[in-house]
Amino acid sequence: MGVEAELRERMEVTAARFPQRLSAIIPILYLVQQQYGHVTTEGMELAAEVLGTTPAFIDSVASFYTMLYRQPVGKYVLQVCRTLPCALMGAEEVVACLQEKLGIQPGETTPDQLFTLATVECLAACHVAPLMMVNEVYKVHLDPAKLDAIIDECKHGTTPHSDAIY
Amino acid sequence: MEQLRILTQSIEQPESWTLRTPQAQGGYEAASKAIKEYPPDELIELIKKSGLRGRGGAGFPTGMKWSFVPKNLPKPTYLVCNADESEPGTFKDRLLIERTPHQIIAGMIIASHALRVRTAFIYIRGEMILGARRLQEAIDEAYAEGCLGKNLLGSGMDLDIILFVGAGAYICGEETALLESLEGKRGQPRLKPPFPATVGLYGCPTVINNVETLCNLPHIVANGADWYTAMGTEKSPGPRLFSVSGHVKRRGVYELPMGVPLGELIFEYAGGIRDGHRFKAVIPGGSSVPVLGERHLDVRMDFESLQQAGSLLGSAGVIVMDETTCMVSAALNLLHFYWHESCGKCTPCREGTGWFVKTLHRIEGGHGRLEDLDLLLDVSDNIKGKTFCPFGDAAVTPVESMLRLFRDDFEQHIVKRRCVSAA
Repeated sequence: MGVEAELRERMEVTAARFPQRLSAIIPILYLVQQQYGHVTTEGMELAAEVLGTTPAFIDSVASFYTMLYRQPVGKYVLQVCRTLPCALMGAEEVVACLQEKLGIQPGETTPDQLFTLATVECLAACHVAPLMMVNEVYKVHLDPAKLDAIIDECKHGTTPHSDAIY
Repeated sequence: MEQLRILTQSIEQPESWTLRTPQAQGGYEAASKAIKEYPPDELIELIKKSGLRGRGGAGFPTGMKWSFVPKNLPKPTYLVCNADESEPGTFKDRLLIERTPHQIIAGMIIASHALRVRTAFIYIRGEMILGARRLQEAIDEAYAEGCLGKNLLGSGMDLDIILFVGAGAYICGEETALLESLEGKRGQPRLKPPFPATVGLYGCPTVINNVETLCNLPHIVANGADWYTAMGTEKSPGPRLFSVSGHVKRRGVYELPMGVPLGELIFEYAGGIRDGHRFKAVIPGGSSVPVLGERHLDVRMDFESLQQAGSLLGSAGVIVMDETTCMVSAALNLLHFYWHESCGKCTPCREGTGWFVKTLHRIEGGHGRLEDLDLLLDVSDNIKGKTFCPFGDAAVTPVESMLRLFRDDFEQHIVKRRCVSAA
């Protein structure tokens, strides 16, 4: 089965889980993102077909949510929490340190497509601040030495282990 | 100094997220008891008698919320567990989700019995990767062991639970925005009334309860309403999970009776302010409630006492700040949050939060004018009470309350063109 046919089938299964199929938009866009790295135009067109709506409507939903990427992102997306409880514990220094190490500003991707740097709002783990997510992994109690180690790991192609939050 | 161990009873145990823990077993026993011993209406009466109030932020009485659902409609009634914990400074639902997912499921069975629900949802925020995995594993385990699905616990009751993973939007914690999101739309709040109890998910009656609220239910059913009201205060009974963050020695979640004095929470349980520094300010209920100062440290942490002191209990997220914290920069930080998270539906909120950010940024950078303080309050007046949902009122709160209590920080920034807080 081709990639698209397989994706369509997984979309169908997901849509069938809900009392009304349109409820499956977000889960289905996550499938697109897993497949292509971001929410592509083709992926949205396919989702629209499966759900019986228009690509424009799908896009209007996709563009509302920060975890659905409408543009390509780096292999490692670093999302640093910037909200007050983290700011009190030095989140600004963490962002500044990453900017210097990676040579990019928040919202940008390195030219080698390895890292995307982003600041995000409260990640609901303020007791282990400052913290960030590296893709789906949490790294907490950040300091410059720890950031060095995380960047090195990523550069060697290994995804860091998730720190315990509780 | 002892903490309560009710909702957090088994969180220290290894693999506390599996069905084999005493807490999980106790939860399903309570669910079984609720179905066998309480007809739905009597169960609603029990929860009313317990005085349980919502733990998400608003503190609305849970039993009363349930009783608004119309009876004998041909439509299904839905239950949604709000696990979209996003209020800055709040991280207690994450603890319950990651460590005791079966306690949540047991609470949902009890609520579903009272409300005659056959399909329930859990809406979890997308960033809670481990939490979503643990919840899905717990749901699968519950089905496999006969605790969910058809004839659950041998009771004759059927219940399905569907886990829904959000995709990053603070506003989806607001219950009508959550429903829009669950229906596959942009997460923008609906105008109320009609309230979700009558017109909710797919136009059907719907009850939305917070994770911590639902976790209280098995304990109330197991131990009775009198046991429950013996904890906390008369109007705010029961245990509460306080999330303490910021400049304290021991940040974390503390389970204590409602009404614990704020000073005791900060200086005894959380170990006080970090070494070499002194207390300056505290936001006692998540970023959307007014800031308090030193003279408020005796206030008790319950809904009524905090309201009398000029703040709110909210989500019980306690953000502590020492003397190095500049209130201009704290206000700017929080307004950046509200500006970023405004859903954009109502003009006063969408535009006003941007004005806040620009004006505060100017003051912070040493380019402010004294008239800017009046401008901030003017913008505030143009947002308050003029939006569909409580987000607008929440956004003006840091600005108004920080200006009221710490006006000097703002004036110094403008007059001396720099920050005078020692960093």
